Amino acid sequence: MPTLEGVPPIPCTEECLLRPGNTNCGGCGMGVGLTMLGRALAEAGDTCTLAIPACCGIVTAGAFPTTSYGVPTVATTFASAAAVAAGIATIRDLNEERGQVICWAGDGGTYDIGIATLSAAAERNENIIYICYDNEIYGNTGGQRSSATPPGARTTTTPGGKSEDKKDIMAIMAAHQIPYAATLSIAHPEDFARKLRTAFSISGTRFLLMHSPCPTGWKSEPADSVELVRLAVASGLFSLYEVWNGRAWRINVEPDWTDPMEYFKRQRRFRDGEIDLQATERASRDRFQRLEVLAREFPYKTKEG
Amino acid sequence: MSIEVVSGNHAAGYALSVAGEANRGARGASCGIYPITPQTEIVEYVASFPFHKSRVVPVESEHSAMAVSIGASLAGARAFTASSSNGIAYMVENIMVAGYYRLPIVMVAVNRTLGPPWNIWADQGDTLMLRDFPWIQFYCESNQEVLDTTLLAFRLAEDHRILLPALVAMDAFIVSHTQAETVLPDQPTVDRYLPELDLPHRLRHEDPKTLGGLVWPEVAMSLRQEIDEAMGRVDEVLAECRTAFVDVFDRDPGGAVETLGTEDAEIVIIASSSIATTVREIVKQRRRAGEKIGLVKIKMFRPFPEQALREACRTARKVAILDRNYAAGVGGVFWQETKAAFQGHRDDLLVQNYLTGLCGGDVTPAMVEEIIADVIARSAETKPVWMATQ
Ligand SMILES: Cc1ncc(C[n+]2csc(CCOP(=O)(O)OP(=O)(O)O)c2C)c(N)n1
Ligand code: SF4
Ligand SMILES: [Mg+2]
Repeated sequence: MPTLEGVPPIPCTEECLLRPGNTNCGGCGMGVGLTMLGRALAEAGDTCTLAIPACCGIVTAGAFPTTSYGVPTVATTFASAAAVAAGIATIRDLNEERGQVICWAGDGGTYDIGIATLSAAAERNENIIYICYDNEIYGNTGGQRSSATPPGARTTTTPGGKSEDKKDIMAIMAAHQIPYAATLSIAHPEDFARKLRTAFSISGTRFLLMHSPCPTGWKSEPADSVELVRLAVASGLFSLYEVWNGRAWRINVEPDWTDPMEYFKRQRRFRDGEIDLQATERASRDRFQRLEVLAREFPYKTKEG
Repeated sequence: MSIEVVSGNHAAGYALSVAGEANRGARGASCGIYPITPQTEIVEYVASFPFHKSRVVPVESEHSAMAVSIGASLAGARAFTASSSNGIAYMVENIMVAGYYRLPIVMVAVNRTLGPPWNIWADQGDTLMLRDFPWIQFYCESNQEVLDTTLLAFRLAEDHRILLPALVAMDAFIVSHTQAETVLPDQPTVDRYLPELDLPHRLRHEDPKTLGGLVWPEVAMSLRQEIDEAMGRVDEVLAECRTAFVDVFDRDPGGAVETLGTEDAEIVIIASSSIATTVREIVKQRRRAGEKIGLVKIKMFRPFPEQALREACRTARKVAILDRNYAAGVGGVFWQETKAAFQGHRDDLLVQNYLTGLCGGDVTPAMVEEIIADVIARSAETKPVWMATQ
């Protein structure tokens, strides 16, 4: 029998999806996100299997023979997380077993190389939860641009700052009319936990986009991580909302339009003179206005009405 | 059991389907499927089969077809797929993963020229490109052999001493689209041959493991060595699977090599797939005329049956190897492997390579006669000879 499985170093329970002692950089948003995911599963009396493509999220497991993941976890090829998860979920459902099948993927594996696979899984409404932790960079390979990198950000492949806008992955996923798509911020833990609960209670393809602070890629202080993603929501750079079936929208947090400079100046990936502040603010307001129109015209109606 | 006139593709689709169905009492079956000429009919067959515990997933690419099969296999189900040519090239990354994850996935491949140029006809380059991956590989010459070998491949791949994926290949159109009388075993008989799959390292909530994380060199290298050891057990387990096949189906599915007249042959022709069919007839005729000539059909390419090949060529002075494939800058792939098998054992043997029927050209009896005349007349080896398509 082949010996290719990493074994948890100490016994762990289902509450312990991410075990202590992982290899993430200090201040990495992933650790918080995975811990919240583990807690939400435990509270819901649920469990999961993880399918993780090439990204920092698989490095998190650490080195054989130990693993930081307390649930069955499989590393997939960079583009294949959604398809491998679909295969696992298919057999779970054929055998009427419990447990979510969750993809935990970076923005590179989601917006870029894995988008065809993800789009196809969503179109088939595979019974999986796909969580993209978006650190807006290829972290694992040392910080290259992705199509999630925001305009102005310096990466090793956009040395003068990126000139293109960030791809609107939420609009793309909502256009697939999947049962549920939502954005997550670790600075809004209650909203985060509620959306996980909602996702667990639905079947079919559920897509969650988490803004994931990355001190190494963002060139920020580890202690600033939560504050940075809070500022992103407050200044309208990252909006918290939900979409049901691509047809009903709900905004969860209204931005107070804090000056986005607060966000930019604490990250050395942004440089003075490389950020078009006016254009950024206009784009944020535009984006939010469109969301407001959608949420007003096509509101999500709770059972209570 | 029924005897029907069906195509090679139909035979393959049937075998994959009944094998999947045979796992209905366990964790079921699944596969990702994607069309490409000339294998499309295989996945179409599978998609319309009335499984009791299976889901066929029509994905967006071959890369995902194998990924879905990997996921299903990791979850403990019987998993398979089929592809060809550029589809295999596109799938490569996950073909490799299936092997290194030690998943007993069975893939039927219809050998078709890799493009460009655009050419849909027979050439083994697509699957031979996978030769360094941990996959068992079989090359079949008839519809019956495709069907039988596919069933056998599941039993072999799933044996706990092996746990490696297996590939069953046939020539584009010559086999895939030619209809021939084929014995289609019924489900209860297949059920008797294929035990329910028990994958020891499947994902389990009771015993959470991480598969495919970082492994330091010492251990990673030992995993490669485990693959080598499993490959080393294939001959023995294949022999068992073959015997069991004869018991259940009352028909011999064949072994790693098939020989004709090699007990006294001075000239041996080595061929694979449908070329072997043509060569066999000529060898039979010539032997009837008293010539000491023989045929070795290499059916199992991985692991390469070195020992059996040396044994079969014991009395030979000269060997001609016909390759319907070309490794750029070198020559035929079967030739390279055969040369290596003889190296240090039979340095007296003249081993000549003939590149025949690449990109779907016919390998006619006249061409085979020409090759035999050439090898008989020659006193030294030369570079591979390109046989012009007539
Ligand atoms: C097919 C393939 N191409 C390239 C790579 C190299 N690679 C590994 S991770 C990665 C970037 C991952 O970026 P992202 O998905 O954003 O995750 P992060 O590293 O930021 O966590 C790349 C390019 C790979 N593993 N596979
Ligand atoms: S590079 Fe960024 S995403 Fe990766 S572990 Fe470090 S902080 Fe986390
Ligand atoms: Mg990233």
